[in-house]
Amino acid sequence: MDRSGALFAVLAFLALAAVPAVAGSFGVDLVTKIMIYAIFALSLELLAGSTGLVCFGQAAFFGIGAYATVLLSPRHGPPSLVWMLPASVLCAAAYALIVGALSLRTKGAYFIMVTLAFAQMAYYVVHDTPLGGGTDGIYLATKPVLGPWLDLNKPLAFLGFTLGCQAAVFVFLALLLRSRFGRALAGIRVNEQRMRASGFSTYPYKLAAFVISGAIAGLAGFLFAVKDGFVTPELLSWHLSAAVLVMVILGGLGHLRGALIGAFAFALLQEFFQSEAIFGAFARHWHLGLGLTVIACVALLPHGLVQVPGQLRERLLGRAQRSATEMRNEPL
Amino acid sequence: MSRSEILLRCREITHRWGGLVAVDRVSLELERGSVHAVIGTNGAGKSTLIDILSGEIVSAAGRVELLGQDVTGWSQPRRASAGLGRSYQRTTIYPSFTVLENCRLAAQARAQKPWAWWRDAQRCKASIAEARNAAQRAGLEELLDRYAGLLSHGQKRQLEIALCLATKPRVLLLDEPLAGMGAEETERMLNLLGELKADHAILLVEHDMDAVFRIADRITVMVNGAVIASDTPQAVRANPEVQLAYLGCD
Repeated sequence: MDRSGALFAVLAFLALAAVPAVAGSFGVDLVTKIMIYAIFALSLELLAGSTGLVCFGQAAFFGIGAYATVLLSPRHGPPSLVWMLPASVLCAAAYALIVGALSLRTKGAYFIMVTLAFAQMAYYVVHDTPLGGGTDGIYLATKPVLGPWLDLNKPLAFLGFTLGCQAAVFVFLALLLRSRFGRALAGIRVNEQRMRASGFSTYPYKLAAFVISGAIAGLAGFLFAVKDGFVTPELLSWHLSAAVLVMVILGGLGHLRGALIGAFAFALLQEFFQSEAIFGAFARHWHLGLGLTVIACVALLPHGLVQVPGQLRERLLGRAQRSATEMRNEPL
Repeated sequence: MSRSEILLRCREITHRWGGLVAVDRVSLELERGSVHAVIGTNGAGKSTLIDILSGEIVSAAGRVELLGQDVTGWSQPRRASAGLGRSYQRTTIYPSFTVLENCRLAAQARAQKPWAWWRDAQRCKASIAEARNAAQRAGLEELLDRYAGLLSHGQKRQLEIALCLATKPRVLLLDEPLAGMGAEETERMLNLLGELKADHAILLVEHDMDAVFRIADRITVMVNGAVIASDTPQAVRANPEVQLAYLGCD
C-alpha cells in the first residue's frame, strides 16, 4: 500500500472511531453494520481483487460463521469470546477449505459457477432442514463476553470491537499483500501461466488465499450474528454474494481501501434509496435506484471509487501522461 | 561429448490433438554449451513439443529426462524448479509490475521458503540481487523501475528471457524469441543467446532462418509432427528432403 493509501486508512479509522460522538443510536447501529460489511468485502477483495479469483459464493462463509456462532452458543450463560470467535471463524475456514480444494480445480466461469453451487448447497441445508431453524432462522441465546472487560450487548462496546476487528483485518491483509506470499498471489492474478513456468505450484497458494478469505468472511458472519442476535438462511443466499461483489467492484478491485469505500458507498446508497422520507412510496423499488447508480458508477469510474482522486489528477495533468498513469493504476 | 553433458533428453514423444498427431515419436537431446534449433512450418508441432518438454502438456507417450532424472510425470512447476526455464511464443510477463519486480518474483520461485512466506518481499535481498543480475544479463539494467507493460516489444522479449534466467535454469526452451523484432533487437538477442549458451543447454524454436543458421549448433526439422532431419546446420541445409519440405530450393 502506498503512502496515500495508508493515510486514507488512518483517517478513515479515526473518523469511524469518532462516530459515537456525533451519531445517535441509529447512526452507531448503521456504521457498525457497514463495518461488518466492510470486513466481508475485504475477505472477497483478497480473492477477487488480489488473486483474481471471482468467488460467487462468499456469502456461504459469512453465513456459516454466523450460524456457527448461534449453534455453538450455550443456552445458559454467555459464552466466552475467547473460544466463540475462533470457533466460528474455524467453521467458515473449514468449509472454505473443502469448497476451495474442489472449486480451484476449475477456472474462469466454471469457478464462479462451482462456488455459487457450493454456496447454494449450504443455503439449502439451513433453509430446508431443522439444523438452522428453517426459513425462520434462529435466535442467539446470549451474546459472548470477554470477562468483565467487554460486554458485546452494549452498542458502543460492540462498535469499538467491530472497529478493532476491521482495523486488524485491514492491517493483516496489507501486510499479507506485501509479503512473499502476497506477491505470489499478485503474480497469479496477473499471469498464472508465467508463475507456473517460473516454478510456482499455484494451487496451494490459491487454496491458502481461499481459506484465509473464508475465515475473514466467517469473522464478519460472527460479528453479524452477535450484532443482530439472530440468523436466517438469507445470510447464505446468492443475493448477499452478489452484493459483496458489487461492493468490491464499486470501490475498486485490487485495492484494500476500495473494499472499505465500496462497502460504505453500497450500504449508504441502499439506505438512501430505501428512505421513504425522500422517495415516498417509490422507496419500495429501491433496487432500481441502487442498480442504476451502480451501473453509472461502473461506467464512469471503471477503476472504482478509489480512483476518483487519481482520475481528477490525471485530467489536470493532461493526456500526455495518461498511459503511464493507467499503468500505475493497475493493482500491483 | 560425454553423457553427463546432456541436460535434457526426450525419447519417442508423441502427442495427439483428437485425431491429429501433433508430435510423432520425437526424440532429441540438448547438451550444455549448445543451441539446438527446431524448425518447421506452422503447425509442425514445435510449440507443442516445447509444451510437452516443459510439462505444460502431458504427452500421450514417450519419456523426458532432465539432468539425468526421469521427469515424465512431473508437473511444470516441479520441472521449472529442477532447472528448466521456458519462454513463450506470445510474450508472457507481468505488465503491471516493474521490470525488477518481474524478475524478483521469478527469483522468488527458485527460493520458495514456506517458513518465510510472511516476510516482506521487498526485504528479500537474495531474491532482489538475483533479479538485478538476471535483468543485467538480459540487458535491462537501465529499466529496472519501468513498468513492464511500457517496454518496447524487443525489451519485453528480453524481459521474458530475464524471467527465465532469474530462476537459474540449466536448460532453456525458447519459443520464437525473435518474433516481431527489428534488426537491432534481433542482433542484441542473438548476442545474448550466444552468451547464455556457455552455461545452458538451449532449445530454440524460430522462424528466422538466418538467425537459426547463425547461432544453432544442431538443427532438427519437423514436418507434420515428425522429425525429418536432425543434424548440423550445414548438413541440414544440404538435405534434399529438408529443402523440399521447408527451406526451398533456391
